[in-house]
Amino acid sequence: MGVPGRTPPSLLRNFSIIAHIDHGKSTLADRMLGLTGAVDERTMRDQYLDRMDIERERGITIKSQAVRLSWACQGTTYTLNLIDTPGHVDFTYEVSRSLAACEGAVLLVDAAQGIEAQTLANLYLAVQNDLVIVPVLNKIDLPAAQPERYAAELAHIIGCDAEEVLRVSAKTGAGVGDLLNAVVARVPPPAGDPDAPTRAMIFDSVYDTYRGVVTYVRVVDGRLAARDRIRMMSTGAQHELLDIGVIAPEPTSCSALGVGEVGYLMTGVKDVRQSRVGDTVTIAGQPAQVSLAGFQDPKPMVFAGLYPMDGSDYPLLREALDRLQLNDAALVYEPETSAALGFGFRCGFLGLLHLEIVQERLEREFGLTLISTAPNVVYRVVMLDGTEVVVTNPSEFPVGKYTTVSEPAVRVTVLAPSEYIGAVMELCQARRGSLLGMDYLSAERVEMRYRLPLAEIVYDFFDALKSRTRGYASLDYEFDGVIEADLVKVDILLNGEPVDAFSAIVHRDRAYGYGVDMTSRLRTLIPRQQFEVPIQAAIGSRVIARETIRAMRKDVLAKCYGGDITRKRKLLERQREGKRRMKMVGRVEVPQEAFVAALGGGEEVVARRS
Amino acid sequence: MAPPDPWLDLTAAAWGEIPGRPLRFYLHVPYCTHRCDYCDFTTYTPDDPRGRGQAQWLPGVRTELALAARVLPAALAGPVHSIFIGGGTPTLLAPETLGVAIADIADRWGLMADCEITVEANPETITPSLAAGLLAAGVTRVSVGMQSAVPAVLGALGRRHRPSTMVTAIECLRRAGLQRLSVDLIYGADGESLAQWQVSVQAALDLGVGHISAYGLIVEPGTALAARVARGVTRPPDDEDLAIKYELADAAFEAAGLRWYEIANWARPGEQCAHNSGYWRADTWWGVGPGAHSHLGGVRWWNRTNPHAWQVGLADVRGDRREARWPVAGWELLSAEQRALEQAMCTVRLRRPWPVLGNGRLRAALVAEGLVVPVGVHHASLTRRGRLLADHVVHRTLDAAGECWMTPASAS
Ligand SMILES: Nc1nc2c(ncn2[C@@H]2O[C@H](COP(=O)(O)OP(=O)(O)O)[C@@H](O)[C@H]2O)c(=O)[nH]1
Ligand SMILES: C[S@@+](CC[C@H](N)C(=O)[O-])C[C@H]1O[C@@H](n2cnc3c(N)ncnc32)[C@H](O)[C@@H]1O
Ligand code: SF4
Ligand SMILES: [Mg+2]
Repeated sequence: MGVPGRTPPSLLRNFSIIAHIDHGKSTLADRMLGLTGAVDERTMRDQYLDRMDIERERGITIKSQAVRLSWACQGTTYTLNLIDTPGHVDFTYEVSRSLAACEGAVLLVDAAQGIEAQTLANLYLAVQNDLVIVPVLNKIDLPAAQPERYAAELAHIIGCDAEEVLRVSAKTGAGVGDLLNAVVARVPPPAGDPDAPTRAMIFDSVYDTYRGVVTYVRVVDGRLAARDRIRMMSTGAQHELLDIGVIAPEPTSCSALGVGEVGYLMTGVKDVRQSRVGDTVTIAGQPAQVSLAGFQDPKPMVFAGLYPMDGSDYPLLREALDRLQLNDAALVYEPETSAALGFGFRCGFLGLLHLEIVQERLEREFGLTLISTAPNVVYRVVMLDGTEVVVTNPSEFPVGKYTTVSEPAVRVTVLAPSEYIGAVMELCQARRGSLLGMDYLSAERVEMRYRLPLAEIVYDFFDALKSRTRGYASLDYEFDGVIEADLVKVDILLNGEPVDAFSAIVHRDRAYGYGVDMTSRLRTLIPRQQFEVPIQAAIGSRVIARETIRAMRKDVLAKCYGGDITRKRKLLERQREGKRRMKMVGRVEVPQEAFVAALGGGEEVVARRS
Repeated sequence: MAPPDPWLDLTAAAWGEIPGRPLRFYLHVPYCTHRCDYCDFTTYTPDDPRGRGQAQWLPGVRTELALAARVLPAALAGPVHSIFIGGGTPTLLAPETLGVAIADIADRWGLMADCEITVEANPETITPSLAAGLLAAGVTRVSVGMQSAVPAVLGALGRRHRPSTMVTAIECLRRAGLQRLSVDLIYGADGESLAQWQVSVQAALDLGVGHISAYGLIVEPGTALAARVARGVTRPPDDEDLAIKYELADAAFEAAGLRWYEIANWARPGEQCAHNSGYWRADTWWGVGPGAHSHLGGVRWWNRTNPHAWQVGLADVRGDRREARWPVAGWELLSAEQRALEQAMCTVRLRRPWPVLGNGRLRAALVAEGLVVPVGVHHASLTRRGRLLADHVVHRTLDAAGECWMTPASAS
């Protein structure tokens, strides 16, 4: 393998693999690691590059990784940098930064599935970054594979010949060597000025408990050497380089990284926000004047309140969020109190998957049990006096006195067999979508593009889409500005007291539906009290839906003989234990399970106590 | 393994408080000719081998009484305040058999002059000779399982007697000279209308007895009733219906001069059941027989339910205490919190005013909510509405007392 810092760009190839989820990206990366000898058979394990447990279990790649491989082709040894990208739209910005570190992309498509929405979304990103696309069909070992058909589809989309589409099986390894040869032949070597002031782009940054922040960079111009004093161009912050190296695929220190090379930096900094994806690294002594394109602060798009089930875990939750943030520049949070749920945090996420992953990591890595409020998007409210209020929590939505409300929008791409066009259109229209365009990818498959409010896809859009298309549709989206809408806040009142955790901002046409759904759900979830409890949904002071939990009439009429005393005492003890876990809303005792079930889609059926 | 020996666990303090308390005996007769659909008491029918050892009952009881005599401290020498012979169906045994057991207790501890001796009786077992036998055995009070006066409801409960049997039974008992009589009623069976319940309530009053117990039907796990409810062929009792029926019965009983003295018990003055009242005051009692429960100074224990296992355990008692296999299946030593919870749970159910602990605000709140009537400066007693929500009142009083209850790990 070429020595880092002394490998001529002509012998370097930087590429990534882009694919729809489950099309085999991680498996293909494993084969490449094996074939190039980067990992021997003994140490090989599935999804070698997916380091977090949660990635392995869910089979998704959250944080990008870069690995340096050595590949001999026609007598010459090349150095290949395989840059793994997160596949999900929540991390689009990170995907595009990873792609910006490459000259080529392997576009991997499952030969039994064909092109899916994320294939396209990633392909567009790659094309926007001027990458050379190497089209590949994977899983040709499967009996259900239709390589002819999908090679034609792929060729049609990227505008090449079907013969140029390679065929591999990441499972058996068939065709993977030819694929690496094609990468060498088709992907151009990096171009850059070795004598210009150093500019390196940060495309990933992870916090490691032992080593602090590890920053992944691609050197564009100049070079980075051990013990250089570096400077982050967005903030001007300077750091000593404690270590510099490459991932091969274990971290290996080196003396320098030259033009086109990919490697890691360590400065001992503890917080990934000091070293953010997209930023440009330069040398403090001889700084570059212009930073590389594209530094963006990740913007949280979806918000939810996270509360510990056990109120005494609040300090632990704070500590856990602090720790996660070291590794996740996109996670934002601030303390919040809910009358119903107690002390917690309002957290901002890139999207729904991000929310789910953060919640799962908090629960798994820190042993917390959490209640999450229903996720909502950010609203911008323009008040009568012209001031703008940013609302991240429905309970802060101003009452009256505003002129407009706007909410984030997304451009959604749906790919589906053409027989489902009607079903998809119906769904998107019901979700306040407007059709932007439609294209046939082949006679049987169509791509539909819609603009929708983000809020409409935040809950169950994907599930609804899957069920209407028998699972055949795939979906991708990107953020697309904001739209004005006729939005109202619906409050849910228990015995006249608003329950902040249940307030929601919904389109006026949907307010009634939300109110009816929530009140009837709560009626079955909240046990009877000693008094009648009205459950109301209201917009301001106008009640739009109402249910009543009848008063409990009796809790005791049993005989109480000598033998019943122990039994009855144990029952009361269990009840007291249960009461300790109740949350009080005014005088109403609400079991935590009711919050979980009412807020979380409600798979959990909470038995009604009679 | 050490034998289950609740008495070794008694602390000196617990022993110390026992002498002030009345001593009572409960004798359990675990036999019935037929099992009613709702019943989960320890009882066996003749089709079960365990139901065929009736001849062994008396010897077992006498052995257990001997054991009690050895275990009970000298300070509890008697005399005995009450005996209750329950079941099962005690009247399946000859009254003479019960008489021997009663005499054995009398010989060992002596009986108070006004000692209450109750026997539970199923109406269909009551004949003039049985009644005479009971009286001769020393029985002073009979509690009859009436349950309902409506054939359809008796059928729904799985009972086998006819309403008229009840009238005859009470007549028999009276003629024999047994004056202290009580009947048990159950309300809330599937299909029981308010009118039908009204009929049962009136029929019970028409019997002219001085004591009535009325219980809301409970679907006990493991019963035939529970199985039918699970299969969806029988509807479980409905809270609203039970509450209305309670109110109806309470109004009728009170109007007839039977006053409530415990949530489910009504009596003319002087007719209250002394024995059951002892349970609610945490008196000392020894429960003799399979499945019987006992209480002694904060220790509760319960016997093996299988009559054979109980017999085998008793046979060992003659040996060294530490070596023996006891008739006892499990026991628990109550913590101070548990005793406080039991006390609250039992005393709140009684008409006799109980002190509202904590602060004056609680009593005022309970009064304002219509749950209690204030008595004196610190005491209160449940209203009719409060009786329906007694558990709630118990929780409120414990909350106010600032107690924090954890699930106890009780030995068994
Ligand atoms: N039969 C077959 N299965 C494959 C092949 N490549 C990947 N898979 C399977 O497809 C699933 C998804 O693969 P993975 O590499 O995790 O996909 P990723 O989500 O794109 O990273 C896994 O169950 C793999 O074992 C292949 O070439 N043939
Ligand atoms: C020990 S039992 C049996 C007495 C006697 N063998 C009889 O059935 O008449 C005493 C009383 O408890 C009541 N009881 C038993 N099981 C019950 C249940 N599941 N629900 C309500 N009351 C019940 C009945 O009223 C019964 O008369
Ligand atoms: S007769 Fe009494 S003890 Fe026997 S099964 Fe029926 S209710 Fe239970
Ligand atoms: Mg993967």
